Amino acid sequence: METFVQQVVSGLATGSIYAALALALVMIYEATDVVNFAQGEMAMFATYVCWTLLNAGMPYWAAFFATVAIAFAGGVVIERVVIRPVENAPVLAIVIVTTGLLVIFNSLAGWIYSYTQKPFPSPFPKEPLKVGGVVLGAHELGQIAVTLVVLACIYAFFRFTPLGLAMRAAAQNPVSSRLVGIRVGWMLALGWGLAAAFGAVAGMMVAPQLFLDPNMMGGVQIYAFAAATLGGFTSPVGAVLGGFVVGVVENLVGTYVSFIGTELKFTVALALIIVVLLVKPSGLLGRTVVKRV
Amino acid sequence: MTAPLLEVENLEAWYGRVKALHGVSFSMQAGGITTILGANGAGKTTTLRAISRMVKTAGSIRIDGRPVDSLATEDVVRLGVAHTPEGRGTFVQLTVEENLRLGSWGRGSKAGLEEDFERIYGWFPVLKERRHQAAGTLSGGEQQMLAVGRALMLKPRLMLLDEPSLGLAPLIVREIFRILRAANQEAGVSILLVEQNAALALDLADEVFLLETGRVVMHGPSSVLRADDAIRRSYLGY
Amino acid sequence: MTPAQQGGILNSPAQRRGILLAAIALACVLPFVMPPFRAFQFAQVWIYAIALLGLNLLTGYNGQISLGHGAFFALGAYCAAIMMDRWGIGYAWTIPAAAVLCFVAGFLFGLPALRLEGLYLALATFSLALAVPQILKYFEHWTGGSQGIVLNKPDAPFGLPLNADQWLYFFTFGTMLALFWLASNLVKGRIGRALVAIRDNPIAAQAMGVDAAMVKSMAFGVSAAYTGVAGALSATVIAFVAPDSFNVFLSITLLIGVVIGGLASITGALYGALFIQFVPNWAQELSKAAPWAIFGVVLIAVIYFVPTGIAGGLKRLAAWKAGRGVGGPST
Repeated sequence: METFVQQVVSGLATGSIYAALALALVMIYEATDVVNFAQGEMAMFATYVCWTLLNAGMPYWAAFFATVAIAFAGGVVIERVVIRPVENAPVLAIVIVTTGLLVIFNSLAGWIYSYTQKPFPSPFPKEPLKVGGVVLGAHELGQIAVTLVVLACIYAFFRFTPLGLAMRAAAQNPVSSRLVGIRVGWMLALGWGLAAAFGAVAGMMVAPQLFLDPNMMGGVQIYAFAAATLGGFTSPVGAVLGGFVVGVVENLVGTYVSFIGTELKFTVALALIIVVLLVKPSGLLGRTVVKRV
Repeated sequence: MTAPLLEVENLEAWYGRVKALHGVSFSMQAGGITTILGANGAGKTTTLRAISRMVKTAGSIRIDGRPVDSLATEDVVRLGVAHTPEGRGTFVQLTVEENLRLGSWGRGSKAGLEEDFERIYGWFPVLKERRHQAAGTLSGGEQQMLAVGRALMLKPRLMLLDEPSLGLAPLIVREIFRILRAANQEAGVSILLVEQNAALALDLADEVFLLETGRVVMHGPSSVLRADDAIRRSYLGY
Repeated sequence: MTPAQQGGILNSPAQRRGILLAAIALACVLPFVMPPFRAFQFAQVWIYAIALLGLNLLTGYNGQISLGHGAFFALGAYCAAIMMDRWGIGYAWTIPAAAVLCFVAGFLFGLPALRLEGLYLALATFSLALAVPQILKYFEHWTGGSQGIVLNKPDAPFGLPLNADQWLYFFTFGTMLALFWLASNLVKGRIGRALVAIRDNPIAAQAMGVDAAMVKSMAFGVSAAYTGVAGALSATVIAFVAPDSFNVFLSITLLIGVVIGGLASITGALYGALFIQFVPNWAQELSKAAPWAIFGVVLIAVIYFVPTGIAGGLKRLAAWKAGRGVGGPST
């Protein structure tokens, strides 16, 4: 029984990472109809930026927030400079541009920081916590807490602030948004900034366990894709739920279904994506998009 | 002498390669209500879209004497021009209140926002009842009221209205037009109204322009056009 | 003034054929004047060209975006490796075997792919690419796990006076020519038009009687077959297969090659292959990470400035020069 609870908590912890990344993917998709294939690599690069700040002597939380701010700015710049020229281009062009970004960030990280793995600190205590006889890792609980705080802030931002409202409007109906005076282009850039900031948080949370190297986020990203697909690319709530579900299922399947173990995890994610796309492409909570002929 | 609120000279407009306006000219003074009439495809909607910079144009458009040809849609809005498009353009997933709040986004000062909310709710009580409902769940008439309310939240100097009566019951249309007149008289909002329902439009407006295949074929005070039987019958069909 | 006089050097079919034959003749001479490792590199160029042609048929001509073609490359490579290593079958037979196996796999993948629109198909194939190394390592019994399979490089047959690298150069070159000729005919004919019609306006195509489902699935199959043949050739030429060579970056490399070479262009596959083979060699002198950074930047630059790739760019250049060359009225 203790194993089960531990695995569920572990699953929620990794699930919180998937939730953050999936939410970032969905936010960008809702606003721009773009799936940012470079999401994971941008998150990885942001984590390296944090590592640089930590190495320069900055205390952890100062470096954390500085990195989030830098990632935000980076996301805004990328949308305005790299994505904007292909905003209305065919799907293939956008896929290629985001793939190009993926490759650039991955190689930049390798170039600047080399490919050797680096340890990354966790801000949470090393001793595990004992809750009702079950031993839980402090870092995992910390991951869940940080993610929930971030999600709560974002929810509040979108729901209660005028800027959040304007961003929602710009994503849902750009034409009408212009007609009320919203600068839609900048709203999109802000969306990318926020998504990049989420990615940075996810990267910094996951780096202590996975160790920092340029290919750190590849496996995480496939699960984020699976989570967004499962929840529905048009539903932020779905993305978050999808993340937690995928995290828990991944852990339970890995523990209890022996022939899958840890070696076939990516295949499980792949199978999940394909099955969902075939059976219910809009995901559990997404809107079905009707194509006009 | 003050410049007219809106001055359009030799306006041409294209949808891709198709030319929709062939040199339209007219002007509006501040405080007035002008209506553009014409059959389907005459170019009425295109004229409004041209002013809002939503289509490619040639010729000159000035607001308060200032040329707006190089501005983007959102900049024209910030000059105080509220455009209620064909089909209303409501944010269907957002609530009534959120729609109204977004209407105020383009205005210079957010002072008096709560009073403006109350004023709009006073004019359209049904919107107050449904303020937390998703706008997409409202009826056609309620959505039109919401669209007009949203435009008024801008505290606009000029409202561009595209066929507000389309698909609505006569009672509701009369109510909306009553409020438009009130907004014009109490709040000094100038109105440029595009309508197919000529009778209603002539009732509200001071000045009329009649468009036919992208050209102005007739204009004058609405009282004159209303009184002239021959013109009414041949151009307006009643 | 005849079109040949008015136009540029590439205008008449006879001139084009002449250039093609000259190029082939040149290619046949090359391995005898270059060191063996260059022949090896060029063999890889021919292999990439075949793989890129496969991907181009699917993505360029038919508009189905695949970020996962590395999977078919791996399938072909391992099919050949297992046949040669476990069952002692000759390398020549692995080519048609890989073609058939990958055609079937591609066709089967293409069936559910019918239901996926552009972005979702890209996502599904991207996930496939990410999963390939894990799948390969899992089926250790067949694939030899992480260690991979080591093979023997074949010698020239019939006692021909060629070293192994030269022979494989010609073997891959000949295969490439045959497959290019096949693809060229396919693309110019009815099937090619069907592919493009489906890419540009699927509904209109169907309304005109094109069986979109069958054409799209077949396109997937043929595309996978081409890339699988390339994989099988690569197993023979490199004489080694291992799971980590077939990771997501292989799929991305193929996409880069297709875009830079030129989408919906047969010769584009060749330009792309030259690019992805030689640019990393040269860029690696700058830094280990430089090749990919350059790929990424060039990829984005191509989409911005020359979306039709090198092939399209050359065509535009030729047309521009043709327009400038003669001072008469334009047609």
